Amino acid sequence: MSTTLPFAPAEAHPNYLNANYGWKSWLFTTDHKRIALLYLFSITAFFFVGGAFAVGMRLNLLTPEGIFDHDTYNKLFTMHGIIMVFFFLVPSIPATLGNFLVPLMIGARDLAFPRINLLSWYLYIVGGIIALTAVVQGGVDTGWTFYAPFSSMYSNTHVILTAIGVFISGFSSILTGLNFIVTIHTMRAPGLTWNRLPLFVWGHYATSLIQVLGTPVIAITLVLLGLERLLHAGIFDPAVGGDPVLFQHLFWFYSHPAVYIMILPGMAVISEIIACFSRKSIFGYTFVAISSIAIAVLGFLVWGHHLFAAGQSMYASMAFSFLSFLVAIPSAIKVFNWTATMYKGSVSYETPMLYAFGFIGLFTIGGLTGLFLATMAIDVHVTDTYFVIAHFHYVMVGGMVMAYMGGIHFWFPKISGRMYPEGWAKFAALVVFVGFNLTFFPQFLLGYQGMPRRYAHYPAEFQVLNVMSSAGASILAIGYLIPMIYLGWAWRNGPSAPQNPWNAKGLEWEQSPTPPPTFNFEHQPVVNEPAYNYSGGESEVHIGG
Amino acid sequence: MTHPVESVKLYAAVFAALLALTLTTVAISKLELGEYNFIAAMTIAVLKGTLVVMFFMNVRHATSMTKLFVGAGFFWMAILLVFLLSDYLSRSWLPAPGWL
Amino acid sequence: MADSQSILAHAPELQHHFDDSAQQFESSTLGMWIFLVTEIMFFGGMFGAYTVYRNLYPEAFASTSRFMNVTVGAINTGVLIFSSFTMVMAVRSAQLGRKKALIAFLFLTLLLGCVFLGLKYVEYHEKWLDHHIPGSGFQYEDSRYVRQAQVLFFLYFAMTGMHAVHMVVGVGLLTTLIVMAARNRFSSAWFTPVEMIGLYWHFVDVVWIFLFPLLYLIGHTT
Repeated sequence: MSTTLPFAPAEAHPNYLNANYGWKSWLFTTDHKRIALLYLFSITAFFFVGGAFAVGMRLNLLTPEGIFDHDTYNKLFTMHGIIMVFFFLVPSIPATLGNFLVPLMIGARDLAFPRINLLSWYLYIVGGIIALTAVVQGGVDTGWTFYAPFSSMYSNTHVILTAIGVFISGFSSILTGLNFIVTIHTMRAPGLTWNRLPLFVWGHYATSLIQVLGTPVIAITLVLLGLERLLHAGIFDPAVGGDPVLFQHLFWFYSHPAVYIMILPGMAVISEIIACFSRKSIFGYTFVAISSIAIAVLGFLVWGHHLFAAGQSMYASMAFSFLSFLVAIPSAIKVFNWTATMYKGSVSYETPMLYAFGFIGLFTIGGLTGLFLATMAIDVHVTDTYFVIAHFHYVMVGGMVMAYMGGIHFWFPKISGRMYPEGWAKFAALVVFVGFNLTFFPQFLLGYQGMPRRYAHYPAEFQVLNVMSSAGASILAIGYLIPMIYLGWAWRNGPSAPQNPWNAKGLEWEQSPTPPPTFNFEHQPVVNEPAYNYSGGESEVHIGG
Repeated sequence: MTHPVESVKLYAAVFAALLALTLTTVAISKLELGEYNFIAAMTIAVLKGTLVVMFFMNVRHATSMTKLFVGAGFFWMAILLVFLLSDYLSRSWLPAPGWL
Repeated sequence: MADSQSILAHAPELQHHFDDSAQQFESSTLGMWIFLVTEIMFFGGMFGAYTVYRNLYPEAFASTSRFMNVTVGAINTGVLIFSSFTMVMAVRSAQLGRKKALIAFLFLTLLLGCVFLGLKYVEYHEKWLDHHIPGSGFQYEDSRYVRQAQVLFFLYFAMTGMHAVHMVVGVGLLTTLIVMAARNRFSSAWFTPVEMIGLYWHFVDVVWIFLFPLLYLIGHTT
């Protein structure tokens, strides 16, 4: 079983990077791998923009009386949320790693709709530019949740402009999801049945379902909000009999499933990494695959847990609370199965695996604290406090962003044809882990002790924990900057990578050169073995038709 | 390649049925039936929609996956409507007697 | 499978990342249906808002239903149903390779769509004259319900307006199809855009099939 080619410099064979040169070949490309890189660069840029707002917030929170006035602070946390949610987390893994890898993993030459894929990126860029324009013009101060009636009637910031930016980027998300669903249904290689699909693909399929079913609802919600704001006549205005809680219902109908868009791809990456670095098939493959779909479906039934304190009926709240407990089950199944995979596996500690370990621990904490919040009796005390903020940063940053970093490192050789410096990478992973926990663990305590979120100033008794959090944030920032440097360096100067440096299973590693040629495979792959067949004796993966 | 060519007769029959159902629903709406006005109108609308989806959009010859997606779309909208109503309709319910 | 020889020998409309025309057609169909599912959810949000407010304000709702022009609405329903029929005939003509019939039916569909939009304009104009457009100029005849009526008219305009926007897009798409057909782009071997845009057009018809009773018919007699 040959999984590595003889050592060859990255530039030697024709690949998707050297197939064409010039800006037109990138901006008008329909190659899913190039589009993935276009996304990678733009998403990274937005990550740092969103991070800059966070820096402003944490600087402000160093002292009880802060350095910004309330209006400015409101804009900081609003724009941090909007950029991070809509322009970083939602597209992150699907648009970069998903775009690059889904066709490769299923043995296809591209996605089903390559031009729509490019359109998706342009929509993302246009939406992002519009949102940044709103930022530059003075920003928005409604919170990323845009609650009415403040956003529809009272805020005098650029609500509509921002809403348009988010609306357009929503289409980007829908089209990506649509593309993935169709591709996975119709373009799998011969022999690649659903139960042989890599869990990365299952995870992206489930994510795509959510994108397609949920995003249109926030689209219409933003339209209604914009109309109300423009016409001063509307359905969320209590003065005319409208109900602001209806806005919250419609908003969260998407935004709760959106948080599953912001974790399922991370889980998808973790499955791949853990299987590879435990040299073992994922324990309970079927359960993990089905749990992705279960999370996608159940995730649509729980949005009311954001409205426990908003005036929602007690009975509806009880139903939503119960359903929220249920949705934790498939996530827990995954964590158990990943752990069971490592048991009696041959575990090694390369950088991607370090990020995977971090993910499992931090996602578990984040997920469990979600259960606290799903419990109505606890929620009434900690809702709208830093407890909630800590919860969602544990799952989104401790979970998803760590998975993103792990995935970028894992597939960096495949994408660039080069190896990154392992020493620096491990160091950065450690810095991220320490910085993250120092930033966000104190926030659980702050929230539990009663510090509200979205407040520019706070009582002096909370200062110590806030200073710890801000100190942690500076460490975390360094942890994210270090990979920017060494990955950028490695892209041009790193040692050439063999075809399969990790000896991983999977069509992208075994059947496609590193980096892949434009049409991915020299011969149509045919699949005759289950996924993660690390212990299978002879490889039965045939080359050719 | 796509689906077998249907007869004009079939399409015309569906068309005629849709027009007839439209006239029916307008006629029924002029009667005083209380709650049943809504039920009748919605039933007829569902019938008309089904005719268009099954015959004009050819879902009756489509793959099971297509049928699943069509069903899922309507089901998901139903989730939104049902859960929304579950909040608004139950807001006026008093707590159950003897509870707490 | 799909090696260089078969790629050279394939049908002209087959894109290179597909193995064969059947796979491409299956992808197009599934893709269009998924898009239509997103449209169901898009309109679904407004149907949700409508459901909530109809439930909260049944008397106001009954009051405003007097001002809905049932005749125009019914005619428009008939017009759209007719246009769905002509659309399906257009697809059939494409299947049979009949270019002239295809163009004729597409044109009829487009015409009927424009009739719909014209009648919609007439209705909106009526509402404008009645001061029923939500906003600063809104006035309502029954002072008991003047607040809720504004909410309900807002929903009326939002739902029918969004539907009309989709009709306008549909008219544009039909124009594109007519131009393509005139340029001999379609044959009985390949007419996928006709079928896909047909699906879109029928979907817009289905939305109206539900809008019509909900906005025009129910509540007249409450």
